[in-house]
Amino acid sequence: MFTRFILIFITLLTVSTTASARLEILITEGVNSARPIAVVPFKWTGSGKKPQNFSEIIAADLQRSGKFSPLSIDKMPKTPSNSKDVDYAAWTKLGIEAIVMGEVQPGPAAGQYIVTFELLDVLTGNIDLPDYNPVMDKRRHTVSTKQLRHYSHRMSDIIYEKLTGEKGAFLTRIAYVAVDRTNTHPFQLRISDYDGYAEKLVLRSKQPIMSPSWSPDGRKLAYVSFENSRAQIFIQDLYTQKRELMTSFPKINGSPTWSPDGTQLALVLSKDGQPEIYTLNIATKALKRLTRNRVIDTEPSWTPDGQSIIFSSELGGRPQIYQISLASGKTKRISWQGEMNLGGAITPDGDNLVLVSRHNGNYMISVQDIDSGELRTLTKTQLDESPSVAPNGSMIIYSTVYEGKQGLALVSMDGRFKAHIPASNGEVKSPAWSPFLQ
Amino acid sequence: MNLSIISKSLLIALPMLALGACSSNTDADTESVATEETNQVATEATDTVQTDTIEAIELSPEEQLVEKYTSAILSTTINFEFDKSLILPEYAEILDAHAKLLVDNPDKSITVEGHADEKGTPEYNIALGERRGLAVSTYLENMGVAESQISVVSYGEEKPVNTGHDEAAWSENRRAELVY
Repeated sequence: MFTRFILIFITLLTVSTTASARLEILITEGVNSARPIAVVPFKWTGSGKKPQNFSEIIAADLQRSGKFSPLSIDKMPKTPSNSKDVDYAAWTKLGIEAIVMGEVQPGPAAGQYIVTFELLDVLTGNIDLPDYNPVMDKRRHTVSTKQLRHYSHRMSDIIYEKLTGEKGAFLTRIAYVAVDRTNTHPFQLRISDYDGYAEKLVLRSKQPIMSPSWSPDGRKLAYVSFENSRAQIFIQDLYTQKRELMTSFPKINGSPTWSPDGTQLALVLSKDGQPEIYTLNIATKALKRLTRNRVIDTEPSWTPDGQSIIFSSELGGRPQIYQISLASGKTKRISWQGEMNLGGAITPDGDNLVLVSRHNGNYMISVQDIDSGELRTLTKTQLDESPSVAPNGSMIIYSTVYEGKQGLALVSMDGRFKAHIPASNGEVKSPAWSPFLQ
Repeated sequence: MNLSIISKSLLIALPMLALGACSSNTDADTESVATEETNQVATEATDTVQTDTIEAIELSPEEQLVEKYTSAILSTTINFEFDKSLILPEYAEILDAHAKLLVDNPDKSITVEGHADEKGTPEYNIALGERRGLAVSTYLENMGVAESQISVVSYGEEKPVNTGHDEAAWSENRRAELVY
């Protein structure tokens, strides 16, 4: 049953491709133990083609979180569009916990649509007592053509939050570097919706681009560019396209990462002998050196409270993850397993450390519980790098070699849902998940 | 050493020479002028014998370099072992040749590019690549090259020469490149 759903899902993805370039998501491992949910195709009451396949987008979003297992359409006993017409017994028989359904009408003006959707709790509906309303949420909005896809993700957010108590991260973006060595400008920095749609070019260059990092307001990217035959850190406003050169010290200028309050960048400079961690005040350009080890210190990442920085260091020999308090300067090691550990980041809830861990020569995205120290490997690939966590901590996007090419991949934080996002041409790397977007 | 490395070395060597290894050219000019004069004298001396001049064989720019600094000068790639930045003994000859050229020409400068294979993370590989670049520049400085003649840039895993994902590709990509 599940494999059939995957095939239908992938076919639908391919068929619904629009003219603009985008990345495609290929599921490699689904979740049979996730919560069964039904997202019924929305009813289109207008004439002509349905303007958007809302249910398909919502089902895909919920599935990728690893927490839900959407029922395939051919298994649905009926396709109601209104909560008044629901036969709860039929859904209960299939073990379905919740139903999403909706209706789309042509709007008051051309290019506008009225979208209504409901989220129903099947157990409550089946009990059928007068004081218990199975409708958990019901919304109605007027949406323009351009916003239809984004509104689908907005509905996913609402549904996800209602069913899990956590904020949804489906209306977010990713930034990444695409490399096509047959192109005159082989290196391209791009952004897209988190599911690969609406890809946009931010910068293209004849020299490498590295390490994009989002500002907390989602409006800017910091990154490393070698356009002047040396490493330099730039900040670019995604809306005005204005670029500002931040650092251009001799040797390494790398790994820029925005502080949670948006006022500083943590970064790596090797101007004082070897790669060390510094913070830079974006407005004043004041530089503060944090580490003074005579070995490689790199890959800084801020803790969610902005009080410490996690980084990779060879202090103990092979690279491991360390944490330095900004107030006291005290440093402590926080990764202990594996031959080496790199690319560490604390999850938004502060409970886990996501990192690249090497075991038997294989580099794999792993999650370490901060309290217990327990380390779980999330992937089955061997050349993983650049993990980036969704702003609600539910999913990780990273880069790996899959079927001979470097591309992106998604894995849910519990490791149960996995998907690959191969590049259409060339290779894709260095993904960065945006914050929640206003 | 395969063809692509040789041709790549030549591609790098040629522009280097365009900047002017002047002394050799002047010598050649002087040589051919002297030959001509001698030949003119020879033809003038008598008209019962005639001699023909032959053109002095001029060495190509690459050959002139090789003459001065050994064939090692045409190599510009130093390879490294996994996770290491130690200069292997077989590369000493190459570095010695380039050191000599730079010491002879204090106005010339060189960029040492450091590279790494794709294993590990991109930013850690930038640091690894720099370590390799610095190992090479330290060697050159120890051979008498001025610090001001050398700059080091690390590209980490971003500019591989082999885009494969196997040991053959990785060992090719672990390198430092000498660029004039």
